[in-house]
Amino acid sequence: MTSFRLTPVTEGRRMNRSSAPAGFKERVASVWLPVKSFLERYRRQSFAYPYVLWMALFVVIPIILIGVYAFTSAEGGFTLENFSGITNYIPVFGRSLWLALVATAICFIIGYPVALAISRMDAKAQRIMLMLIMLPMWINFLLRTYAWMSLLENTGLINRMLAAIGVFDWINAMHSGNPNYTPITHFQLINTNGAVVLGMVYNYLPFMILPIQSVIVKIDPFVIEAAQDLGASSRTVFRKVIFPLSLSGVISGITMVFVPSVSTFVISRLLGGSTNMLLGDLIEMQFMGAAYNPHLGSAISLIMMAIVVICMSVMNKFGEGEEQAVVM
Amino acid sequence: MTKKNTAGNIFTALTYIFLYAPIVVLIVFSFNSTKSRTVWSGFTLNWYKELFSDSLIMSSLQTTLMVSVLASLIAAVIGTFAAIGFYSMKKQWRAPFLTVNNIPVINADIITGVSLSLLFVSAGLFMGFELGFGTLLIAHISFDIPYVILSVMPKLYQLDRNLFEAAQDLGCTWFQTIYKVVIPEIMPGIINGLLIAFTMSVDDFVISYFTAGSSVETLSMAIYAMTRRRISPKINAISTLLFAVVLILLIIVNVREARQQKANIKKQKMLKGSN
Repeated sequence: MTSFRLTPVTEGRRMNRSSAPAGFKERVASVWLPVKSFLERYRRQSFAYPYVLWMALFVVIPIILIGVYAFTSAEGGFTLENFSGITNYIPVFGRSLWLALVATAICFIIGYPVALAISRMDAKAQRIMLMLIMLPMWINFLLRTYAWMSLLENTGLINRMLAAIGVFDWINAMHSGNPNYTPITHFQLINTNGAVVLGMVYNYLPFMILPIQSVIVKIDPFVIEAAQDLGASSRTVFRKVIFPLSLSGVISGITMVFVPSVSTFVISRLLGGSTNMLLGDLIEMQFMGAAYNPHLGSAISLIMMAIVVICMSVMNKFGEGEEQAVVM
Repeated sequence: MTKKNTAGNIFTALTYIFLYAPIVVLIVFSFNSTKSRTVWSGFTLNWYKELFSDSLIMSSLQTTLMVSVLASLIAAVIGTFAAIGFYSMKKQWRAPFLTVNNIPVINADIITGVSLSLLFVSAGLFMGFELGFGTLLIAHISFDIPYVILSVMPKLYQLDRNLFEAAQDLGCTWFQTIYKVVIPEIMPGIINGLLIAFTMSVDDFVISYFTAGSSVETLSMAIYAMTRRRISPKINAISTLLFAVVLILLIIVNVREARQQKANIKKQKMLKGSN
């Protein structure tokens, strides 16, 4: 890959240099070159300093600020009140975690077979399929979610289609003997937990498929052949070889789906209605909404970060030492 | 691995239908002659015409493009230099820096947004500025740089460790070494990082929402404000246009790459033949 081009100028310089007395030159070089290479290395390191400063200012300090706000009151004194105030919101925490877990599980159940199927296609088909997975990400994420609103609404496309093929008439006819029964005209699809999970799965499914696929295609085909030669059935090959080797992709897929799912406020607001609040909505309200209270918001954010860090470190424990046989 | 796998392929096809169904709905209803987004009442191109005279959409599109272009370019420059710097460091220094670098990638968007807004609001109180285009741009650069670094670093590791010294032995100054030797070698990584950063910036809503203040509005923010009332089909029209542009670009890039690959294979065959 690397290509060197010698320009006439540099060649000329080399010639000049080599005409100096050799012994002296070498002695100088033996002292000077290590110093020089140390200086060069130091100079190259310094290229990172502007960004190190940038990170300190715009990554580290903001996170420290969250910590400071979480432990102070509006008057400025130290307090733990923000955390004791959170107990009111335990149901919201529970709901967020639950919905994010369900969405992550569904993404895994859908995403793994798809990733496996894609990685079994030939190279050209793989490229097209991967491109097709990434293409929807280019449509604004709010609009994709909004498009689901038009599908899921009470008078939306799905309910209209079901009505057109007579599903509701059929259900109503089944209950015609029951006097207490009120005929239905639609299924309640939007503003439910199911709709929120659907929105999460829809938006974050590519984040599950892509990392898993990228790990599976890198598995050395000889490892699989060896397993087959040693008499493993295709199920055993999958269970004992392919799946364990793809764990690192699974883990990054799970994190990439779980983190945005547990923190979203857009999906719950668009598809979950105003009553079904998630952690993201709670935080957003403390910073942008009528209930302006950045101290409480920071405390909630801090706890959310802690949950994510704990989840991730547990996950990483599972995936340790599974990557040796993957051809990089 | 190339066994026929019908069930898997059918399942994959269904998943793709699921991924594209709402997009098809979105595109189809951008041609609908009434404002309804569920009842089809005839074909029209009016929304596309009206789009270009809608000052709100046009100005927010302009903000989005300006922020994304500026942020991704600045991030590409800072990120490339930072990556070269990290690469030259000893591991015990590099590792913690790269961990901090990963924070905005792994962290939830809402936390990045909220933490930056805390910083900007409190710094603004001290120094007398308000949230606006400047803070929006800084926020975008901050979450763009990690993607540049993550795509440049692997390219640096592929370099020959002696390349720097070789270039200098051949008479390059340190600046020439970077500019004439290293940068061209890692260019694919830089371009890739730039594109990812640009995509991230265009698609971002959450971080912009917390850091832009009330005076500036990106396209995503305009759309979010509209979802509370009713989204005009003009928005469907503009996203159809953006989608079409991306699709065409992707097709061109892929066709070109495929051709190049074919040409390369041909060349290799010819070389083998001549030996």
